[in-house]
Amino acid sequence: MTISLFIPCFVDLMYPKVGISMVNIFEKLGHKVAVPKGPACCGQPAFNSGYWDESRTIATQMLESLKDADVVVIASGSCGAMMKVFYPELFAGTKYEAMARELAPKCFEFSSFLVNKLGVTDLGAKFPHKVTFHDGCHGLRELNNKRPPRELLAKVRGLELVEMTAAETCCGFGGTFSAKFPAISTAMAEVKCASAIDTKAEYIVSCDSSCLMQIQGLADKQRQPAKTIHLAEILAQS
Amino acid sequence: MSERENIFTRIREALTVKAHAHHGATLPTTAEHRAVLPAVGATTAEQVALFTKNASDLRANFQPVTDTAALTAALIALRDAEKWRRVAVHPGALAQPQVAALGVPTLVADGTATKEELGQCDAGITECDALVAQTGSVLVTSRSAGGRALSCLPPHHIVIARRAQVVADLPAAFALLAQKYGGNYPSMISFITGPSRTGDIERILVLGAHGPKQLSIFLLD
Amino acid sequence: MTAPAAQFTLDARRVAPDTRHRGIIQTAMGKYEVVRDQRKLWFQDWQGARNLAARTKFAAVNQLDTHLAEFAKNLEARGTKIHWASNAEQARSIILGILKAKNAKVVVKSKAMTSEEIHLNDAMETAGCEVVESDLGEYIVQLRQEPPYHLVFPAMHLTRGEIQKTFQDKLLDAPTDNPEDLTMVARRVLRQKYIQADVGITGANFAIAETGMISITENEGNARLTAALPKTMITLVGIEKVLPRLADLALFLPMLAVMGTGQALTCYNTLYGGPRQPGEADGPEEYHVVLLDNQRTTLLADAEQRDALGCIRCGACLNVCPIFRNVGGHTYGTVYGGPIGSVITPHLRGLQDWKHLSFASSLCGACTETCPVKIDLHHHLLQNRRNAFAPATGKPSWWQKTAFKLFAPVANSPALWSLTTKLGRFGQIFHGLVKGSALDPAQAWTKTREVAPIAKQSFREWMKERES
Repeated sequence: MTISLFIPCFVDLMYPKVGISMVNIFEKLGHKVAVPKGPACCGQPAFNSGYWDESRTIATQMLESLKDADVVVIASGSCGAMMKVFYPELFAGTKYEAMARELAPKCFEFSSFLVNKLGVTDLGAKFPHKVTFHDGCHGLRELNNKRPPRELLAKVRGLELVEMTAAETCCGFGGTFSAKFPAISTAMAEVKCASAIDTKAEYIVSCDSSCLMQIQGLADKQRQPAKTIHLAEILAQS
Repeated sequence: MSERENIFTRIREALTVKAHAHHGATLPTTAEHRAVLPAVGATTAEQVALFTKNASDLRANFQPVTDTAALTAALIALRDAEKWRRVAVHPGALAQPQVAALGVPTLVADGTATKEELGQCDAGITECDALVAQTGSVLVTSRSAGGRALSCLPPHHIVIARRAQVVADLPAAFALLAQKYGGNYPSMISFITGPSRTGDIERILVLGAHGPKQLSIFLLD
Repeated sequence: MTAPAAQFTLDARRVAPDTRHRGIIQTAMGKYEVVRDQRKLWFQDWQGARNLAARTKFAAVNQLDTHLAEFAKNLEARGTKIHWASNAEQARSIILGILKAKNAKVVVKSKAMTSEEIHLNDAMETAGCEVVESDLGEYIVQLRQEPPYHLVFPAMHLTRGEIQKTFQDKLLDAPTDNPEDLTMVARRVLRQKYIQADVGITGANFAIAETGMISITENEGNARLTAALPKTMITLVGIEKVLPRLADLALFLPMLAVMGTGQALTCYNTLYGGPRQPGEADGPEEYHVVLLDNQRTTLLADAEQRDALGCIRCGACLNVCPIFRNVGGHTYGTVYGGPIGSVITPHLRGLQDWKHLSFASSLCGACTETCPVKIDLHHHLLQNRRNAFAPATGKPSWWQKTAFKLFAPVANSPALWSLTTKLGRFGQIFHGLVKGSALDPAQAWTKTREVAPIAKQSFREWMKERES
């Protein structure tokens, strides 16, 4: 099948390896990957900030660019939730509502696409390290994505997963929140980081580069021994 | 317009816009309640066993007694252990006859005692309306427990119940209340679940915050 | 920035980095989490119970007029005097009127958040009454002249040592810092107050329409005594607290206990249906119930967020909220803190003054996930944000609006995005010179966090190269 892969703005700019890993994984599984010529952003920053009109300017373009897609894979739980869960709310009562509702079931976060749609858990990857997994909030609670990343990690050769106590606690990123309320956001990152470091894992893994940017950003500033990596990068290792 | 009318006008105006019932809008049935609430065994023996376990977890003292003579002996033992000087009792057929044998000054909670006097009693002896197996609760009312203060003011609350008063669960307790009192409910109905407690200081459990430090339940066969 | 927003930012900046505060709250919450989770498993079907609770509250709130009328009628039939208050001022004046008529000198209170809402204690003290909070946590914060820190645990931010010091200073009686000893000090002091009090004031957890009863949930027995000993009893209750049927409590009492404190049932769950009835041994001669609107009907009029009126004030959303756990209960500057407070305060006290609370959230959704009555809390935060900046009715910030307006075409056009990528890479060379300093435009981020660099080749550039 042809997979429309949406690589969100900050992943495109700062974490291209995440997108490249996904392309490689899907092609190895025999699928064709198309990157739609639509917007680089899902419109979530404006939406979360209360500017729904401005968000719709981007989101309508997104709907148009994906209207013929079979499936859409989103390289972030947060942007995935935006397109799958929040577009129907954003467009409720507008002429795009039907399109938003049509798009929703076609959207998948990366790990849930592999496990729930393709039925694949073993990608033959090898990563001989002890890791801990951070559940991004949107993936966890909007998309109910607790299981898939763990099933994928379980099949990685040499990998040992140690759960941290605060796995489901928000890292404090929250988009513009992280800049609007830096003191709170930083405190949350400290709680997260401490919990991850407690596990003595070598890597903190997540499906959301935004969370990892927050965690790594704090760890580097405070010279904490934390290394972050996106799930796709692990799965692409052989 | 009265304030009552003002409030009702605002409510009715507000409700002209209908809300979406995401989880349904009908009131659940008792069967639906029972399907989600904690499970309780069907037989009296299972329910008494569950009550016993719950009472113990709650740090209540639960003691089955075979007859009134055994009950009297148990009360005398408590009197001696705690050196009771004065007790108060609910004027009921089950509770009141028990205090004569105690040989200590007794207040009868029939409306004649003052709150100061009641506050000086070492124990308050009451009956109850039911024992709820599911939660280990004693269901009392102002009619079965000598009013409102008797079951709460003295440091030791003693409940005398009959085995037939054990009910399975909370729905059964509410059904019993409706059936027993119908349109004429007592002015106070209380589910007492263990002795008074607080966790307000560092979330550390302390018994006897304001109410009784001890709760003893005697179950007559 | 409005005054409440400025204060919030200031307090958040002070409390969030305070690791001592963080430790106290984490320890307290840790104990709660363990028992709460055990108790959820005690239910046969906790998620099913949440659905039933949400359904019941929907029925209650969406037919509020019917249930409220039934509640008042049934309660009045048993000799209770019902009072209606549209706002805080009216509620205070009703209660002060009763105190005056009774020539009350000492008032004993059990925990009532509604009384915090209308600043009742100040009014009663100004009127010359001695007012004593009888819930231990409330009593401690009253002695310290602080507002309650949390809906359920008013003194959870204090250590035993701090409480010992408070008792020493205010009561001249604190033998040790042992929680049991400290509790017994309060027990002794408050016993006298119950006996002396002329009037007892309580809040309510539920108002039962079918039978005309107030339901009060507590652990200490303080509400029991408040309702038993004084000659006059007053209950202050929000109009939204109605439940249609007595038997609805079979679900709500254990759910409230599980979420509130992690108990199966709290120690005392008590229903009051009137003053002392003929043949009863004791109880108040007079019972007054004050029904308070105070902008609840404003929230009711918002069909999108009406479910927030179903809140049972269990505090569970506060307990799981990473914002609450890091900024603490006092930073909110509201009676109702945490996620539910952030949702409803704009309705109760004005959106423009209190919108900042809806922005002070990472929208993690832990609140919605835990809420026993399934209030869509974090989505309501999003709706408050939208309403605050709605072009017609809100007050958009011009610079934010402009920024998002300018961003949209850039995001929408592959060519402009590609250009921006290159510009960003160029700009980042200079960012290094000011990074983390006061001159840094991104210092809100860079002061405490390193910034990830823009890659040498972006994903879209990689894709383009690959395709060509």
